[in-house]
Amino acid sequence: MLANVVLVFLWVGITAYVLLAGADFGAGFWDLLAGSNARGEAQRKRITASIGPVWEANHVWLVFALVVVWTGFPLVFAAIASTLYIPLTAVAFGVILRGSSFAFRGVVAGSRTQRVFGLAFAVSSMVTPFFLGTIAGAIASGRVPLGIAAGDIIGSWVNPTSVLAGVLAVEVSAYLAAVYLTADARRHHEDDVADAFRMRALVAGWVTGATALAGIAVLRADAPRLFNGLTGRGLPVIVATALFGMVSLLLLMRRRYVAVRVTAGLAVVAVLWGWAIAQYPDLLIGSATVTTAAAPNETLVVLVVALSIGAAILIPALLLLYTLFQAAPTGTEQTAAASHGDR
Amino acid sequence: MLLASAAENLGAARAQMGLSLGWHIVFACFGVGFPGLILLAEWRGLRGDADLMKLARRWAKVAGVLFAVGAVSGTILSFEMGLLWPGLMGTYGAVFGLPFALEGFAFFVEAIFLGIYLYAWDRLSPRVHLISGMPILVAGIASAFFVVSANAWMNDPQGFTIVSGQVTNPRPIAAMFNNATPVQTGHMILAAFMVTGFAVAAAYAVAMLRGRHDRYHTAGLLLPLIIATAITPAQIVVGDIAAREVAEHQPVKLAAMEGLAHTEAGAGEHIGGIYINDELRYAIVLPHVLAFLAKGDADAMVPGLDSVPANDRPQAVTLIHLAFNVMVAIGFLLLGLGLWLALAWWRRRRPSSRWFLRAVVISGPAAAVAMECGWIVTEVGRQPWIVYQVMRTEDAVNPAPGLYWGLIALVGVYSALTIVTISVLRALARRGTAAAVPRAS
Repeated sequence: MLANVVLVFLWVGITAYVLLAGADFGAGFWDLLAGSNARGEAQRKRITASIGPVWEANHVWLVFALVVVWTGFPLVFAAIASTLYIPLTAVAFGVILRGSSFAFRGVVAGSRTQRVFGLAFAVSSMVTPFFLGTIAGAIASGRVPLGIAAGDIIGSWVNPTSVLAGVLAVEVSAYLAAVYLTADARRHHEDDVADAFRMRALVAGWVTGATALAGIAVLRADAPRLFNGLTGRGLPVIVATALFGMVSLLLLMRRRYVAVRVTAGLAVVAVLWGWAIAQYPDLLIGSATVTTAAAPNETLVVLVVALSIGAAILIPALLLLYTLFQAAPTGTEQTAAASHGDR
Repeated sequence: MLLASAAENLGAARAQMGLSLGWHIVFACFGVGFPGLILLAEWRGLRGDADLMKLARRWAKVAGVLFAVGAVSGTILSFEMGLLWPGLMGTYGAVFGLPFALEGFAFFVEAIFLGIYLYAWDRLSPRVHLISGMPILVAGIASAFFVVSANAWMNDPQGFTIVSGQVTNPRPIAAMFNNATPVQTGHMILAAFMVTGFAVAAAYAVAMLRGRHDRYHTAGLLLPLIIATAITPAQIVVGDIAAREVAEHQPVKLAAMEGLAHTEAGAGEHIGGIYINDELRYAIVLPHVLAFLAKGDADAMVPGLDSVPANDRPQAVTLIHLAFNVMVAIGFLLLGLGLWLALAWWRRRRPSSRWFLRAVVISGPAAAVAMECGWIVTEVGRQPWIVYQVMRTEDAVNPAPGLYWGLIALVGVYSALTIVTISVLRALARRGTAAAVPRAS
């Protein structure tokens, strides 16, 4: 029972990470494709202004997920971390490169230096979700057995499901980022930027949807357990994903930028929870379930209490952060953004 | 599945963890120590001191960079807990995972209010902006407490029972509040304030040596320096308590710190020297001093390294011993710097002689070196145990093949990042003084 509560906390955390930090990575993707002309610069300014105040907080969901797994399901954590140490190391480097290069770009002068940091920021923003996706694919296709380094060090994450999940992770990040940035740009009266991101969101939406459709065939051949779960009891959720995806495209075409944030987010939430429903109660397919792999009850009680108290502090703080920066722009903001770095 | 031998991976894993921790801890210090300094300057600034308001704004900008690098380099450590030490996390995650979970929330609060503090100068009233920085200060100290309490547990493992080789009955709260927690967390939090204070003061001492003696630079020197030097005596007292805690609960670590080969009554304090063939050579010995300091009795029996079998002793005794000596020596030199400052103050002189400024310049890196030496003492001194006298480090390491490539990659990434971070901070400092001088003069 308590193990399930911990699992829900964990999955909420992972969902938040994908919806929030995922979009920050996607912003890096668009930063790379923005081009070097004036229009590209306007897009980069929007990206920097939008993710600057929030990316560190969004990033913490990853740390949150790690510590909940290692406290609540220690053997699962040990199995995943030891077998998948190569993609995890890649993610770690991606995380440090993305965070530091973004921070550096914000304070250095000189467009050449900024471009170098911008490149590092953009590349690491694609590498990180890709490898996180391969890790998800490894777990979802049952390639991580319980035990320390018990799985194939290479094959566990170099396989059709992992590659599919890696590519999808990059696409979903880019899609969410474009959707969020569209509304941010319009709120700041940057209509050209909003139009550019609208086009990108539409393209990313179609590409992501097509990848997901093609992925069904991959999962059927490569991850039968997951495929059966998704087409079985996970089916309603998968149908919901498709519906939310279609509605999002319609809303984008009709320039309903705030509403599309909700539906695009829900489409992604449905994918994540569909996966969870399909795989439940196994955490590691075939070798560990939520009950067999959970920490002893004494730990779970303390952990659930800690998570509840933490949530009570966290939720209002997060709401404050987002409402503050989603509020109408202040008058001085344009000039502040223009003189960014020389105060 | 072909697995590498644990011995093959052990050295690489320890080196990778050591490098990651040693690198992150410098930035982590600023996460703990800098918010208080910035808020103090902003508070004075709100009361009408324009120079201090300018300092607060500049420091906030620098803190934004330092905190970002600290946040991501700290995340790597949480990855490495699993990918380097799965044996530790799999066996004891349920026992000592709680402080990490709590640290996660502290990290959240820190990151959220940092975002607000750094980016909402124009969106909040000055008073509310000042208040929005306070959670960063509290959360920074809290995260240091939680993370170091997990490390303290590795030195004094509590809160579980081992029944026929299985870890049972985990008591996470008892694990978190083990004997080493109060001294280790206290020592680290004070160290963070010292490292920040001396480092920031050093930056302004450099500027003053280049002739910028205006009030802006003097304030940038004095505010952090006063805080750091005021903390130094307290740190020496806490360090002394910490050493006696080690003497009581980890006598072998104390023996390594002192380079004490044999158990002796009335053991002397050893300064310097090299540990070869189970003997400390070329050291200066102060008779009976160690026995008195560690046990409160000049004739007390102090266990030496020979009190345990050879394979239960740390290997790098010279490193541990010298690191301990260096940390203590720097601590007292920093105390001396504080006395110098107090004396100058008492004689109603601005402490602006070139020699004083040079000493302050050195105090910044010196404080960081002392802090790193302290971590060498506690981490290398705990070997060969990852969980003291319960789990050996070699039994915790990931046996997967090729693990050392991670170390090679990390050395490359961190070397590059060190150079880039320093040059970005230098560029920030240059622009800061260039912008400040015309208005301040």
